[in-house]
Amino acid sequence: MNTIFLYNFSGLALFAIGLHGLIRSSHLLRKILAANLMSSGVFLIMIVGAYGTDKGMIDPVPHAMVLTGIVVSVSATAVALALVCLVQETTNRVLLLQKRKKEQGRRTDA
Amino acid sequence: MAFLHNLGTVCILIGVPFFVSGTVGLLRFPDIYTRLHALTKADNVGLGFVVLGLALQAEQWNTVARLLLIWLLVLIGSSASCHLVARAALRKKIQPWSRS
Amino acid sequence: MTSVMSFFDIMLVLALPWLGWRLLASPDLFRAVVLFISLGLLMSLTWVRLHAPDVALAEAAIGAGLTGALFLSALRRLERMQDSERRLDYAEKREEERQAPPARRRRSKPIAYGLALLLLVFFLVLLGWSLVKTSVSPGGLGPAVTGQMGQTGVQSQVTAVLLNFRGYDTLLEVMVLFLAALGSWSLTRIRQPLPEEVAAPVLASLVRLLVPLMIIVAGYLVWIGSSRAGGAFQGGAVLGAAGVLLLLADVTVVRQIPSALLRWALVLGPLLFLLSAIACMWIGGNLLEYPRQSAGAWILLIESATAVSIGVTLAALYAGGRPLEPSALEEAGEVASESGGDEGEGE
Repeated sequence: MNTIFLYNFSGLALFAIGLHGLIRSSHLLRKILAANLMSSGVFLIMIVGAYGTDKGMIDPVPHAMVLTGIVVSVSATAVALALVCLVQETTNRVLLLQKRKKEQGRRTDA
Repeated sequence: MAFLHNLGTVCILIGVPFFVSGTVGLLRFPDIYTRLHALTKADNVGLGFVVLGLALQAEQWNTVARLLLIWLLVLIGSSASCHLVARAALRKKIQPWSRS
Repeated sequence: MTSVMSFFDIMLVLALPWLGWRLLASPDLFRAVVLFISLGLLMSLTWVRLHAPDVALAEAAIGAGLTGALFLSALRRLERMQDSERRLDYAEKREEERQAPPARRRRSKPIAYGLALLLLVFFLVLLGWSLVKTSVSPGGLGPAVTGQMGQTGVQSQVTAVLLNFRGYDTLLEVMVLFLAALGSWSLTRIRQPLPEEVAAPVLASLVRLLVPLMIIVAGYLVWIGSSRAGGAFQGGAVLGAAGVLLLLADVTVVRQIPSALLRWALVLGPLLFLLSAIACMWIGGNLLEYPRQSAGAWILLIESATAVSIGVTLAALYAGGRPLEPSALEEAGEVASESGGDEGEGE
């Protein structure tokens, strides 16, 4: 079924958007959102590889892996969010900004 | 049982415009209270029709019972969350829209 | 009919990345998180389309629901911290910080940005080409699994893979979840609701109605996982949702749960899993090699314990940190509700 193969590109696009967001966002919370997008893209590609045209012909091993992956990704997100809150508490900022040489020493890198 | 199956499909197709109108209301209404109203009313009835259609197409009685339970739970959940959202909006002093 | 399905597929294929792009491009973080939750629900729909109901259940409950709740609560915490700093005279400094960055960021180093974008596009073209060129053997490992189903003790292929063929992976995954709870507890304290936040009575009665039902549904999901879509993670996710609901409604019983009970509930799943793995070795097989006749019973036992632990862990992750010590509870007295414990009702 050719239209099922298109989901591969959807997963790739999600991964790309997530990667771009991870690198370019300066707000830490957005970075975590972007990382979650990347994992969603990867899961999509894996499940497309496991597709079978009816219930008996699916490949169950990627399904189990993606199930594991979802749980692991929520664990990582929870710890990452706790870290972001800790960063906010200790440094009073939640943005990772560029270091500016010409500024009067106001910015700091994280 | 082709008649029941087709009747089920017709019921599902009747439910779809309700969802569409609820979504249009969500996008087009001026403030949060009217949006909540459109969303919950339309989606509940829409889901009711979809559940009715699926129940007509179901093969066993316990599937029908489960579908009705799902609809009931969605009703309870959506009305409770509608109330909570409206309460939070009132607490934030969001004024209802008026024609002025 | 197939043309309708193809149309639906194309719409979904286009909608997913578009939603992802909109969510990262929106300047308001609250909107970004709400779009993230809806992306999770669309993904759940995609899993159903791709014949993966177990994954769909887990994604809807954990990926969309619980992760969204985690983000919203973290967002709330960050805003509250920023608000309290604003009151402490950081006002001017924060204003400049908030106004300055966006304009500056867009003008910064266009060549470097362009080069990075080019590299990214090249990398993605390579990935896409490799996807197209990958030859997937028809069925993959499906026939191998189907052939061995008689020895697994369950009828669902995914559960067999999860808890029997790849049981070691699942053991490690349960440990990872436990580690996340440990990490979250080491980093922050539990989130205290402000005195002016009073839970609505509607929420309290809703909780009274729904939580027993959710416990039953969780038990049903764990039980039905051996033959149809379901299993420990889905059941545990429903229990976690019940816990989140209890935390939101600020139910009295949640505040009175002793910390020891909470810790034992967190540990129960991983411990039981580990003990049964070792017991299998002791009985005379390899690690996690269940005896053939009672494999189904072993799997059910492990799944039940794991579901309880997953539920408590997910609710604890939402609560946001370690509970207060009893001394702190006493000195805080009646000021604001101490959510001194977490739900543990999923016993």
